[in-house]
Amino acid sequence: MRLLSWAYLAAAYAFVFLPVVVLVVFSFQDGRLPVPPFQGFSLQWYDKILGNGALMTALWHSALVAFVSSALALVMGFLAAHALARVRLPGSVLLRGLLIAPMTVSYLIIALGLLTTFNQAGISLSLWTAGIGHVVINLPLCFAIAYAAMGDHQKNAERAARDLGATEAQVLWHVSAPMLAPALAAAFFLSVTFSWDEFIIAFLLTRFDVTLPVEIWSMLRSGLSPATNAVGSLVFLVSVSAVVLMEIFLFRRPK
Amino acid sequence: MTASLSIQSVTQRYGTALALDAVSLDIAAGEFVVLLGPSGCGKTTLLNLIGGFAEPVSGRILIGGKDMAGVAPAQRPTTTVFQDYALFPHMTLADNVGFGLRMRGVARPERRAKAEEMLALVGLPGKALRRPHELSGGQRQRVALARALAVAPDVLLLDEPLGALDLKLRRAMQDELKEIQRRVGTTFVHVTHDQEEAMAVADRIVVMNAGKIADVGPPREVYLSPKSLFSAAFMGEINQIAVRDGQSALGALVPGTGTLLIRPEAIGLNGALPLGLCRVEDVAFFGTHVRAHVTPLKAPGTRLTVHLAQTLSVEPGAVLDLAATDHLMLEEE
Amino acid sequence: MSLHAAERKLGWGLLAPALLWTLAFFVLPFLAMLALSFAHMEGRAIVQGFDPGNYIRAFTDWSQLKALINSVEITVTVTVISVVLAWPLAAIIAWRVPQRFQRLALLMAVLPFWTSYVVRSYSWLLVLGKNGVINKALMGTGLISEPLALASTRTATVIGFVHFFVMLLTLTIYANLIQLSPNYARAAQDLGAGDWATFVHVILPLTLPGVITGAFVTFVLCIGDYITPQILGGNAELTLPQLIMLQMGRSGNFPMASALSVVLMAVVTLAYAACSRWLRLDRL
Ligand SMILES: Nc1ncnc2c1ncn2[C@@H]1O[C@H](COP(=O)(O)OP(=O)(O)OP(=O)(O)O)[C@@H](O)[C@H]1O
Ligand SMILES: [Mg+2]
Repeated sequence: MRLLSWAYLAAAYAFVFLPVVVLVVFSFQDGRLPVPPFQGFSLQWYDKILGNGALMTALWHSALVAFVSSALALVMGFLAAHALARVRLPGSVLLRGLLIAPMTVSYLIIALGLLTTFNQAGISLSLWTAGIGHVVINLPLCFAIAYAAMGDHQKNAERAARDLGATEAQVLWHVSAPMLAPALAAAFFLSVTFSWDEFIIAFLLTRFDVTLPVEIWSMLRSGLSPATNAVGSLVFLVSVSAVVLMEIFLFRRPK
Repeated sequence: MTASLSIQSVTQRYGTALALDAVSLDIAAGEFVVLLGPSGCGKTTLLNLIGGFAEPVSGRILIGGKDMAGVAPAQRPTTTVFQDYALFPHMTLADNVGFGLRMRGVARPERRAKAEEMLALVGLPGKALRRPHELSGGQRQRVALARALAVAPDVLLLDEPLGALDLKLRRAMQDELKEIQRRVGTTFVHVTHDQEEAMAVADRIVVMNAGKIADVGPPREVYLSPKSLFSAAFMGEINQIAVRDGQSALGALVPGTGTLLIRPEAIGLNGALPLGLCRVEDVAFFGTHVRAHVTPLKAPGTRLTVHLAQTLSVEPGAVLDLAATDHLMLEEE
Repeated sequence: MSLHAAERKLGWGLLAPALLWTLAFFVLPFLAMLALSFAHMEGRAIVQGFDPGNYIRAFTDWSQLKALINSVEITVTVTVISVVLAWPLAAIIAWRVPQRFQRLALLMAVLPFWTSYVVRSYSWLLVLGKNGVINKALMGTGLISEPLALASTRTATVIGFVHFFVMLLTLTIYANLIQLSPNYARAAQDLGAGDWATFVHVILPLTLPGVITGAFVTFVLCIGDYITPQILGGNAELTLPQLIMLQMGRSGNFPMASALSVVLMAVVTLAYAACSRWLRLDRL
């Protein structure tokens, strides 16, 4: 039983890691195809992609839209969570459901709906229209995380602050946000990740200023290439570094 | 600073449940009043109404003669010490205590000085840069008190402030609380369900039951001459003997119809009201007294609880001639 | 103004940005899409109206209906396989791996999560393709002489999906498992239950809400995904999202795409209704 467990664990890790290992290994391929045999170690593909202007622009777009849309989603989600956790509003269950609803709808449908609306309203597509879509998908996430983190402990501290004369803005700024900092940081981080990696909304709602996943998508059209491996490996490296940093600074904080 | 408080026929409802039923109470400036009652009787509800965390369905609350209707907690001259303290975990003690002043736009150095002063008042000098999680329960309690007092409220509301402390610490803190109240002169409204704590600190005790005030008065009065059976029983152990037209199971003790109330410590070998011969059922040594259950020979169905002198050594089965030094007759309406 | 009214006004004020955003960019677009699904095409022009033709086509035209059936089949397969694979993995990490390595084990198990989604599907192509790692390895050992057709099949799509959702489900099931007090199992064993009975009667039911929630999320994400079937499944057999994209892209038939989207949402809603009893979406 014990042996079986470890065997299963090993097999699972092998399955999970297989494509990533293949991806990274063949990004160093000294040849034109990222498939066996491995023809030797080369950094030429990294060189190539770092010199690819379109790709670097797309990377910048992705970062921009990820941070801006996540910040917006976080602020709105936090304020809404605060309102629904504090104030007894009529229909608050319904309101909560409405705010969470986009989570259960496929990104494709959200994108299609927005595309229809933007077309009808005569709004031309740009990075910002994709950003709007990203806020739509991240808002429920930020709201849900912030809402779940607001416990009694928090509620009482806010009450105490109000009792001591704090205005609502002061309560939010001096008490709620600092107390929720870990949850808010996690929500922001997750949002950035989702937005950064999101394809279909960005694909349908941008025209010229595309994001990184869309640019990678267009690279795929020309077939297998170690260049794609190199981009994927770089993204992987950056994301994993970010995760490790988050892990160290956010979740390992001494109590 | 200090102010009087007037609660005028305040009613509060949660759904259809009546949490407060037309409660009226006047509290003088500088008075230390304790709201005492069993769980669910509406103490917290009343405190929340005074603090402005909720609004009554009907009735008025006046502080210093001013109607508080529609005044938010921040604008009321009240502050609250919460049962779980609600200290801000991300701030130092100085920042916690200085928070109210900060909200009032007081400059940093001044805030800091006041915080140090208040921390010293509650017995925590030199700990300004600590954080709440580094403190013990009793110390947190003091910080919560300092924080609430730092803005010089007219009325301080305390919701079971000592509830989370162990018994020994609670007894020590209640003396300190009384002492601090004397020094600052603020009106204190203190909620508890511990009657010993109530008697230790209160100028006046308000006994509540099921959303109504069952009794009000200084500790001595509420304990010795309660106005209701409920408050009599809630303030401490008491023997209740039914009397009908001057007759009871123990014979003719007092005239009238109602309930004869005798505290266990009022029963002894001498007294003005003879209870007759009683058989001792069981005995326990309590340190300050000997507690025993006895059955009057005249009324085998009745059991009385008595507190006998520490020096008296009795065994179960012994027969004593007992009498009461003090009693109270609550006439039936 | 009474306190209540003031508080309420404040609440609405704080809620307003999120609410307005959701109404403007989620509810309104959905309604627009719904309206559009009842329009029809005349040549390349969209004619508004109330015409259920798109829906009738979605369920009677075999090429459209087939996409729906494919999607549901693939999604159900993926969800079941993922849960079955992820549960033991989560359990091993929660119960067998020493406490201080658990977080690391978990992070490792979801590491590929952090590659880009598009690239992850692409890298399965490198593994499963005609000249991919698996075919090269098998031919190298002489087990097969002709490369297996792994890529551009339903199997490839399923493998790509399972890879992703095993990671996701391991996380949610693990979170569920470590919340269980070990005393539940102890109590069951104390009362005479064997390992198997403990598992079936105590542990499994206790993790069911978490499992169902994870499975539902898997279902929603899987059935709505365009990337994985497009890259790994090829065009041999279309899923609903692929068909939607085709309708939009190739023929510009937005009304049909909208109708298919509404059908997709309806399927998700059905799935939601089926397991809403156990769902804890607020607890993700
Ligand atoms: N928010 C609420 N919603 C519904 N009912 C409530 C609410 N708050 C209090 N109640 C009810 O009102 C009554 C009075 O409650 P309150 O909290 O004032 O009691 P309390 O005297 O403070 O009790 P405790 O000693 O347990 O704190 C109780 O019956 C309680 O169940
Ligand atoms: Mg209470």
